[in-house]
Amino acid sequence: MNHYAPWKNTLVVFFLFITSLYALPNIYGSDLAIQITGTGDYAVEENDLEGINNALVENAIDFKSLELINSNILIRFSDSKSQLSSKALLKDTLSRNYVVALNLAPSIPQWLSGLGGQAMSLGLDLRGGVHFLLEVDMEAVISTSIDRYYNELRTLLRKDKLYKKIRKEDNLLVASFKTEEQKDKAKKLIKSDLSDLMIVEGSESELEVSLEMSSNAQKAAKSSALKQNITTLRNRVNELGVAEPIIQQQGSERIVVQLPGVQDTARAKEILGAVATVEFRLVDEKNDVQTAIQSGKIPSGSKLYKFKDGRPLLLKTTVIVTGENIVDATSGVDQNNQPKVIIVLDNAGGRTMLETTKEFIGYRMGVVFIENQVETIIENGKTVKKRSKTQDIINAATIQGTFSNRFEITGLDSSREATNLALLLRAGSLSAPIEIIEERTIGPSLGADNIQKGLISVLVGFALVLVFMAWRYRVFGLVANVALTLNLITIVSVLSMIQATLTLPGIAGIVLTVGMAVDANVLIFERIKEELRSTKNIQKAISAGYEKALLTIADANITTLIASLVLFSFGTGAIKGFAVTLSIGIITSMFTAIIVSRAMINLIYGGKKIEELSI
Amino acid sequence: MSLKSLNIPVINFVGNRKYALIFSAILLVVSIASIGFQGLKFGIDFTGGTLIELGYEKTADLEDIRSKLTSANYKGTNVQYFGSDTEVLIQLEPQAASSAQLSSSIIRMLGDGLDVRRVEFVGPKVGEELTNDGGLAMLYALIGILIYVAFRFEYRFALGSIAALVHDVIITIGIFSLLQIEFDLTVLAAILAVIGYSLNDTIVVFDRIRENFLSTRHIEPGPIVNDALNQTLSRTLMTSLTTLIVLLALFYLGGEVIHSFAGALIIGVVIGTYSSIYVASSMILALGISKEDMLPSEKEKKEIDARP
Repeated sequence: MNHYAPWKNTLVVFFLFITSLYALPNIYGSDLAIQITGTGDYAVEENDLEGINNALVENAIDFKSLELINSNILIRFSDSKSQLSSKALLKDTLSRNYVVALNLAPSIPQWLSGLGGQAMSLGLDLRGGVHFLLEVDMEAVISTSIDRYYNELRTLLRKDKLYKKIRKEDNLLVASFKTEEQKDKAKKLIKSDLSDLMIVEGSESELEVSLEMSSNAQKAAKSSALKQNITTLRNRVNELGVAEPIIQQQGSERIVVQLPGVQDTARAKEILGAVATVEFRLVDEKNDVQTAIQSGKIPSGSKLYKFKDGRPLLLKTTVIVTGENIVDATSGVDQNNQPKVIIVLDNAGGRTMLETTKEFIGYRMGVVFIENQVETIIENGKTVKKRSKTQDIINAATIQGTFSNRFEITGLDSSREATNLALLLRAGSLSAPIEIIEERTIGPSLGADNIQKGLISVLVGFALVLVFMAWRYRVFGLVANVALTLNLITIVSVLSMIQATLTLPGIAGIVLTVGMAVDANVLIFERIKEELRSTKNIQKAISAGYEKALLTIADANITTLIASLVLFSFGTGAIKGFAVTLSIGIITSMFTAIIVSRAMINLIYGGKKIEELSI
Repeated sequence: MSLKSLNIPVINFVGNRKYALIFSAILLVVSIASIGFQGLKFGIDFTGGTLIELGYEKTADLEDIRSKLTSANYKGTNVQYFGSDTEVLIQLEPQAASSAQLSSSIIRMLGDGLDVRRVEFVGPKVGEELTNDGGLAMLYALIGILIYVAFRFEYRFALGSIAALVHDVIITIGIFSLLQIEFDLTVLAAILAVIGYSLNDTIVVFDRIRENFLSTRHIEPGPIVNDALNQTLSRTLMTSLTTLIVLLALFYLGGEVIHSFAGALIIGVVIGTYSSIYVASSMILALGISKEDMLPSEKEKKEIDARP
C-alpha cells in the first residue's frame, strides 16, 4: 500500500525534469539587440552579414555578436549607446528592403535554445509598447464602391444610349429612362453584365429604377478593403522599424496593431492613421478660374481646387496617375533647400505619364495632396462618425519636357511633411479611412515597474504560503510546499513552451493559483486527518484521504476552469493573460498536488510501519 | 458515529442560518440600493475617454496641470497623484471631438521631457461594447456553471450554487459602489475569478453533503448538511487564508495598476467563503433536498460499488 510502481515514479521524475528544463530559459536575462529583417518578399541572407559587420567595424561600434537566425539578423550589444548609434547607422547604410528595429534578445545558452527552450513572451504591459485597435470606415468603402459602379453603369448603358440620367443618392444609384422599353432592356443588361448591382425592391416606377450593391458585393468590397489596409499598415510599421509587430484582423471591420517597445508613440499614431495620398491632374488652361468663380459655373470636365494658401485653380477631372501607381518615394531637399519627394511610378503609371507629358508639353500639371480623416464624436448624446477630406494643390508646375516614371514634387511645408509623405506613398495608401478607436500605451519605465512589482508580489505571497503550510501540516506541509514550488515551475514552463503572452493580470493569475493550488493538498490532508480519527491504520488513512478527496478536487477545479474559459473567450488582451495563467495553473496544480505529492508521501511513508503521522 | 464523539468541534451552522439570512439580506439590500442610487464609478474601459499617466522628475504641481487643462478647454478632467507625488494620473471623459490624438496634444502641452508611463484611449463605441461583452461574459459563466453543477449533482444544488454566486457578485459590486472604487475591466475579470473561486468552495461543501447523505443513516437533511459544513470547515478556512495571504501580497506590493483588481478579489474571497458556508447550503435546504434525491441511479450505483 502507498507504493508507486517504479515506472510511475520514473514518469513523474521525467516529467518534472522536462518542465524544469523548459522553465530554465527564463532565468537568463536578455541583451540589447538590433533585429534586421527583410521587407515583403525580400529575405536577409548570409552575405548581408559581411556588409553589416564591415559597417559596424568601420564606425568602431562595439557589438557582442552578429548572427543570422530564421532569416533575421540579430546583433547584440552590451550598452544602449552603441545599440542606438548602430540603429541610426544601419538605417542609413542599408537599403529600404531591410527593417532595422531595436529589440531585446534573450541570452539563452546555445544548448538550451537548441532544445527549443524559449523564455516567456512578455505582454505589452510588461515590456512597454503600444496597442491600437483600428476601425475601418466601412461606409466610406461602400460609398467609394458606389462611385465606381456609377461609372461602370454609365459605360454599360451608354453603348445603346439606354439611360436618360443616372444619379447617386446616398448609397443608391437611381437611373431614369425615356421609355419603359429602354428601362426593361437596361434591367436585362444590368442583370447579365453588372450583377453586383441589384434593384431595390419596390423602388421601381414607370421610368425610374434604384439600384444598390448586392450583399455579396458589399461583403467582398469590405473584406478587400480590410485586407488592403492590413497590407498597408504592415508596410508602414515596417517603415517605422518595429521588432515583432502584430497586425491582425479582428472581426469584420477592425485591425489590431501591437508595437512592442515603440518609444515615439505620437509618431506611430500619426503614421498609422494617416490617409494621405497624391494625385496628378492637368491644369485647365482654357478656362479662367476667376470667371468660373464669379459666374459660379465650373466648366464641365474641370474641378475647382485651392492651393494651401487659398489661391484657386481649375484642374481637369481626369486623373493622370494616383498614389496607387507609386512604387517608391524618397524625401530630400532640392537645390533651393526646399523639401521635396522623389517619386517612382510603376509601368502603367509611367506610360500614362509619358503620353501625357508628350501631348501636353508647356501645360501645367497640378499635384493634389489628399487627406482623409474620420473621427467618432459625440453629438447630442449619440456617437456619430465625422469625416473630413482635405484636397490641396501643393504644386502646379509647367511641364518642361517629357518624363515617365521618375520625377520629383515640391511645395511641401516642411521636411517632416516630406518625410511622412514619402513614407506614406511608399507604404501604399489605405483603401479606406481608419480611425484609432482604442489605444493602450505602456511606457518602458512602467513596464519595468510592473515586472518588478509583479515578481515581488509573487515571491512574497509564495513565501508566506510556504511558511503557513509548513506550520499547519508539518511534514505533509513540506511535501505540499515542494509540490507548490514544482507547480510554479511547471506554470512558467508551460507558458514558455506554448509562448503564451505573460501580462500583469497574468502574473496576478499566477499569484492566485499559488493561493488556490494548495487547496488540493489542503483537501487531501484534512481528509487524511479525518480518516485518522476513525482508523488506527495509518497507511489506509493516507490512501483513503487521497482517494476520497480526488473527486472533490476534480469537481471544484472543473468549475473554476469553466469560469476561466469564459474569461478567455471574452477577454481582451490583459484579461486573456489572466485567464491563460489561471487555467494553466489549475491544470498543473492538479498534477503536482495530487500525483507529485503522492509520490513523495509514498517515498516517505509508503510500506513502512508508522506510529504517528506528522500532519 | 457522531461528529462530537470524533472530537470535532461542532458549530450549529444550520441552526443559525436565520441570522445569516438576515445578514445577507441587509448586505444585498444595501448593495442594490447603492448600485441603484449611487451607481458605479466606471473606469474609462466602460465610459470611454482618455487616461494619461505621467512621471515627473520632481513633485508634480497638480494645480498647474489642472489650470493648463482648463485653459485648453478640456471638460471632465480628473488629475491626481498615482502611487507617489512624482506620478500623475490624468483622466478625461470623452470630449466633443474625442480621438486618439488627444493624448498626444495634452502631453505636448504639459511640456517636454515627461516620462509617459501609460496612455489609454477608449473610443465611445468600444466602451459601450466592453460593457455589453462584460455583462454577457458574466451571464455565460453563470450558465456554464449552472449546467455543469446540474449535470454533476442535481438541479437544487445548481440553484443553490447560483444563488450563492449571484449573492457574491452583487455584494462585491455593491461594495465597489459604496466605496466608489473605480470599476474597470480588471475588476470585471476579478469578479469572474471570484465566481470561479466561490463556486470551488461551494462544490467542496456540496460534495460532502452528497457523500454524507449516501453514507449515513440520518434522514434529516438539516443535521447532514450541518455535519458536512463542519467537516469541510477547516479546509474552507485554510484555503481562504492561503488565498487571502497571496492576495494581500498582491494588493500591497503589486502596484497601483493592479490595486482594484486585488481589492475585488479580496472582497470576493471573503464573501465567497461566507456564502459557501451559509448561503448555498441554506438554499438547498430551503429547496427541500432529501435523501431520496441523492440515491444513485442504477448505473451510478454500480460505479460506487466498484469503488474500493
